Amino acid sequence: MSYVLEINNLRTYFFTLRGVVRAVDGVSLKLRKGETLGIVGESGCGKSTLAWSMMKLVPPPGRIVSGSIKIDGIDITRMSESEIRRKIRWRKISMIFQGAMNALNPVYKVGEQIIEPLIIHGKMEKEKALSIAANLVKAVGLPEEILERYPHELSGGQKQRIVIAMAMAMEPDIIIADEPTTALDVVVQAQILNLMKKLHRERGISFILITHDLGVVTELSERIAVMYAGKIVEYASADEIFEKPLHPYTQALIRAVPRLKGDIHKLEYIPGTPPDLRRPPPGCRFYPRCPRRFEPCDKEEPPLQEVEKDHWVACWLHIRR
Amino acid sequence: MSIYQIELGEEILRVEDLKVWFPVRKGLLDAILGKPKLYVKAVDGISFNMREREIFCLVGESGCGKTTTGKSLLRLVPITSGKALFKPRKETLEKLERLGVTPSDGGWVDIFTLPEKKFKPIRRDVQMIYQDPYGSLNPRFKIKDILEEPLLVHGIGGSKEERMELIMKTLERVKLTPASDFVDRYPHQLSGGQRQRVAIARAIISNPRLVVADEPVSMLDVSIRAEILEVLLNLRKELGMSYLFITHDLAIARYICDRIAVMYLGKIVELGDAREVIAEPLHPYTKALIAAIPDPDPKNRIGYRYLPIKGEVPNAINIPPGCRFHPRCVVYEEAVKKGTVLKDLCSRKEPPLADVGNGRKVACWLHEAVRKAAGVE
Ligand SMILES: Nc1ncnc2c1ncn2[C@@H]1O[C@H](COP(=O)(O)OP(=O)(O)OP(=O)(O)O)[C@@H](O)[C@H]1O
Ligand SMILES: Nc1ncnc2c1ncn2[C@@H]1O[C@H](COP(=O)(O)OP(=O)(O)OP(=O)(O)O)[C@@H](O)[C@H]1O
Ligand code: SF4
Ligand code: SF4
Ligand SMILES: [Mg+2]
Ligand SMILES: [Mg+2]
Repeated sequence: MSYVLEINNLRTYFFTLRGVVRAVDGVSLKLRKGETLGIVGESGCGKSTLAWSMMKLVPPPGRIVSGSIKIDGIDITRMSESEIRRKIRWRKISMIFQGAMNALNPVYKVGEQIIEPLIIHGKMEKEKALSIAANLVKAVGLPEEILERYPHELSGGQKQRIVIAMAMAMEPDIIIADEPTTALDVVVQAQILNLMKKLHRERGISFILITHDLGVVTELSERIAVMYAGKIVEYASADEIFEKPLHPYTQALIRAVPRLKGDIHKLEYIPGTPPDLRRPPPGCRFYPRCPRRFEPCDKEEPPLQEVEKDHWVACWLHIRR
Repeated sequence: MSIYQIELGEEILRVEDLKVWFPVRKGLLDAILGKPKLYVKAVDGISFNMREREIFCLVGESGCGKTTTGKSLLRLVPITSGKALFKPRKETLEKLERLGVTPSDGGWVDIFTLPEKKFKPIRRDVQMIYQDPYGSLNPRFKIKDILEEPLLVHGIGGSKEERMELIMKTLERVKLTPASDFVDRYPHQLSGGQRQRVAIARAIISNPRLVVADEPVSMLDVSIRAEILEVLLNLRKELGMSYLFITHDLAIARYICDRIAVMYLGKIVELGDAREVIAEPLHPYTKALIAAIPDPDPKNRIGYRYLPIKGEVPNAINIPPGCRFHPRCVVYEEAVKKGTVLKDLCSRKEPPLADVGNGRKVACWLHEAVRKAAGVE
């Protein structure tokens, strides 16, 4: 079986003056070629940190402490920065950063911002870069003349399309999209999700969609990883996550979401708050909030185990010792 | 029916043809050339009413005027025209009468026309929970100071002890318990959900009659949203509050709201029972809005989402003539293709929000009741 992405026991910590934040703390997951993956979880659980790790762009004071990230079978945690730049970043895996559409440089035209990396990283002639840029904006459903505009002349949806075009520039196999629709209206959000579906189907791009919105994640993701406090607690196909969630956290999360159709059930919530990642509780990190906790949970940490084919869960209720 | 619904009381608010236009600052040249004054027509003639204990929901895209509508009820924005008749609590009415205000029959006062001095008692009755739980609390104030402020402003609680007692009781109401753990903290020492509960506590400590809740849970994680909603629902049950509930989340509206009003570019285009509107939308815009919502069901992944809407929202300065939705309306597009009479109505005449029965209203020429109401056929 060939995996485009294979993460093994990854740990990425932030070494702050007030303590070590264990933002990603032993994450493992595998993604097959052409598959789309969704990563969901509460604010602060480490989703963006995991994404930055895959790009080898963890901001200081953070760094990858241990574990491996294999892209097409090659461990990028051992690569030098120059090698990553030459072979991996933007070429094999690229990223749409959280809030990127508001980070477009206001003083440069959109076109200039798209061709810059093509000229610098792709060592392309300006002419060629421009023709690629024209194709890219067309691929994301925008007219070519938009290249001549400044970011403030664009709507939110148009800006987000530009950011997607930029991530596609070097034809990567994988694009990580970190909260790509969070600031957008539902209609525009649906348009952007349609675009991502199209790019996935027509170009075989594997999207890794990061979001805290369970509705958004199911639109695009074949597989879903549920993160809690720096760890993946459940990893399975989208169907299984919704129809047969095994982890108490996943179960509670799904019951917390109001639906547009069907019965109006009592909305549930998870009491308490996620733990401080500088001092995570011993044992299962969900223990303080878990409605089903029992004897071993606060002592020993449950490992992520494949309890059914392609269905992984980290909970003592399901683990066979 | 939703399990969240309860029996409603008397009518307490009647908003009539409210307009809030913000003037656009002109360049010097435009002024010299005598160009006409331009306005952002944030709210452009809306009417609705609310009852005691009702949760009335405003939904619609960003910039359609939801927050401005809410703020107008607290007079936080300049009102261009319209009325907002409000029925204050009895104690408030007595205070108003002492100030020389004579309420009309049934105890109604117009929020918009009261002079500022005489409006003060109403401020106690109408409160707002602001859109951003991070920005709306003063970071230099302890929780107890944040909550004491409205008490001092409205002269509630005679002594420090009385006020502290009320503060502790209110913190318990919003489930920040034990309250003694929270009173001396600063906002940055709280989680997002706890901060939102402080914002709610501040809004309800004066026992208001009407609370404008502007996206009160949007910034919070799904896992704790229901907890905050429960706090709001308990408050209305126990204290009889009404909420003007602003949200872009129709699924939440379906669960907890009694009625919803869908806004588009400063106008209400559809209004009715929350569950009926969502199950069976009448206005083409409402249909598009509902079609766009990602429901957490893996079956949706199969195909592209068909979105029955074109283009993007125009700005609120140059509002399209006729039905303001017509440049984006697929029904209008169809009518143009087929050359039916509908197309002229849509592009020339603004449809009124008309009653179509069952307490539902819609502003779209497709509906006979709307054409009748406007006297066109
Ligand atoms: N530059 C940094 N320095 C110190 N701590 C950091 C830094 N960036 C993130 N963290 C911490 O790491 C943890 C994980 O943060 P991260 O941004 O990965 O979460 P997230 O899941 O993406 O959250 P959100 O949904 O809010 O975007 C948090 O506790 C956060 O405070
Ligand atoms: N003080 C102001 N001066 C000028 N224009 C304003 C002001 N406040 C709001 N607007 C404009 O009025 C319109 C309505 O804004 P409002 O904040 O009411 O929208 P909203 O429906 O609450 O949007 P959102 O969902 O983004 O919160 C927008 O076009 C906005 O830019
Ligand atoms: S391991 Fe125990 S505490 Fe953790 S989720 Fe499972 S049952 Fe709950
Ligand atoms: S009035 Fe005409 S343009 Fe407006 S929503 Fe109805 S059909 Fe569409
Ligand atoms: Mg993030
Ligand atoms: Mg608003």
